[in-house]
Amino acid sequence: MTAIEEKKADLNENIMILTGNHAAAHAFRQAKVGVISAYPITPQSPVVEKIAEFIAEGKLKARFVKVESEHSALAVCCAASATGSRVGTATSAHGLELMYEMLPWAAGNRLPIIINLATRSLGAPWSVWTDHSDFITIRDVGWIQFMCENNQEIYDTNLQAFKIAEDPRVYLPAIVAYDGYILSHTMMPVKLENQDKIDEFLPPLNHHINLSDISQVKGIDPVTTPHIVKRTEGTAPGYYEYRYALQKSLESSIDIIKEVHDEFARKFGRSYGNGIYKKIQTEDADTIIFAMGSVSSQARVAIKKLREEGLKIGIVSLKLFRPYPFKELREFFKDKENIIVFDRDIGYGYEGVLSYELKAALYSLKERPNIKGFIVGLGGRDVKTEHIITGVHKALDEFKQGIFTNETDFLGLRLDELSDYDESTYFKRG
Amino acid sequence: MTDSKKDYQKILGSVQKPVIGEAGKTGTWSSKKPIIDLSKCTPVKSGKPSCFNCWLYCPEAVVSRTIPPQIDLEHCKGCGICMEECPVKAITMEEVKSE
Repeated sequence: MTAIEEKKADLNENIMILTGNHAAAHAFRQAKVGVISAYPITPQSPVVEKIAEFIAEGKLKARFVKVESEHSALAVCCAASATGSRVGTATSAHGLELMYEMLPWAAGNRLPIIINLATRSLGAPWSVWTDHSDFITIRDVGWIQFMCENNQEIYDTNLQAFKIAEDPRVYLPAIVAYDGYILSHTMMPVKLENQDKIDEFLPPLNHHINLSDISQVKGIDPVTTPHIVKRTEGTAPGYYEYRYALQKSLESSIDIIKEVHDEFARKFGRSYGNGIYKKIQTEDADTIIFAMGSVSSQARVAIKKLREEGLKIGIVSLKLFRPYPFKELREFFKDKENIIVFDRDIGYGYEGVLSYELKAALYSLKERPNIKGFIVGLGGRDVKTEHIITGVHKALDEFKQGIFTNETDFLGLRLDELSDYDESTYFKRG
Repeated sequence: MTDSKKDYQKILGSVQKPVIGEAGKTGTWSSKKPIIDLSKCTPVKSGKPSCFNCWLYCPEAVVSRTIPPQIDLEHCKGCGICMEECPVKAITMEEVKSE
């Protein structure tokens, strides 16, 4: 066999046509996750269905714990992780919200659990389609949060997430998110890597706690006082010190996230910007579109047309949402003129979360860029190229006029199609 | 904290270790104290490690599994469960005199 033929055979062996959900499942299989506990929810369910298949076929030696709710699923994950096992689950929307109570426990105990989130909008009204509302609600609990743009990235980010989360300098849980249906149910070629190379990249977990050894650790999480406790058996930190440590580890994890991303890139030949954000045609650009996931994918199409109009425009697609990479973003945006943010979410009662967080991060710059935020695509409404183009034009126009506002601006609303909508058909008023 | 690890990297999970008097001197809470009549106590009478219901049932783990059983009055909350459980009624609860 010639070298080229050998390479071809290797590729054929490893490239598969996979949905985003199945890409995540394959990553779990190859990461050799030990315990999985999950509850079905659309559009995530195929992740854990596939994992259950792998276990049944003997391709993954893991324990799949069936539970009655997402709250229990993450409770099982926390307990299993505390015994020193590699642990993961997957969920969407209200599943994540039901897990919410357990999320800060996982972070506070520094348990390196991985959740795959196929994003889905929150009810009411009931919807199963994508937006990033679920993803943003957990931003204040201490998890590392990644957003992906294609199925290969889902697979790669999962493998990186385990390594980052399990790093002794980190020990934090992480969530890998991707748009429901747009990625979760769309098939793309995904290169699955050689198992030996993955084992080398991702050695077995060496956990800081290991409840399976009762002679070492009797339990975790005693009532922790506001003050430091000094006893003959040893000094114990107060709650405040634990939470300081959690925050500082999150802040410093950005360096480790970059490090692991670079190591992955060297080993497997694929990279995603700097592991924090991806730049698309930003070299000569004075105007930047700032977005996440499916929205930045669509913006890639929009900037082609906008560049034909003569605009010097590029995209920054945020990959790492928490810890928020304020230093990196400040450094990147310091000599840009205009930023147009497209949020597939709302911090209800204020504005799009990406928009207001970026404004806050850039506040310390001497010369601040113009920033305008738009809301797009809630509840799976298509984010179209023309919406992004309209948004860019409108924002640039407002900047020229010196209009700056925090009020939300919705793109792609179809109120014009509601002329015959009569609510009294549905609701009787007394 | 002298080694190269940053201070926050040394504080990870809140871990439980069994200690005496985690909640302070709980013995000061009680209004009654258990007194064991050793002439009735089964392990003392038999001279063999036996019965130990007081040790088994004490919710505060202040009774020792020894002959004779010892009660740590500094941490005994005076609940009276040992008196209730003692099969030979060797334990009585006596009033604590307030000073």
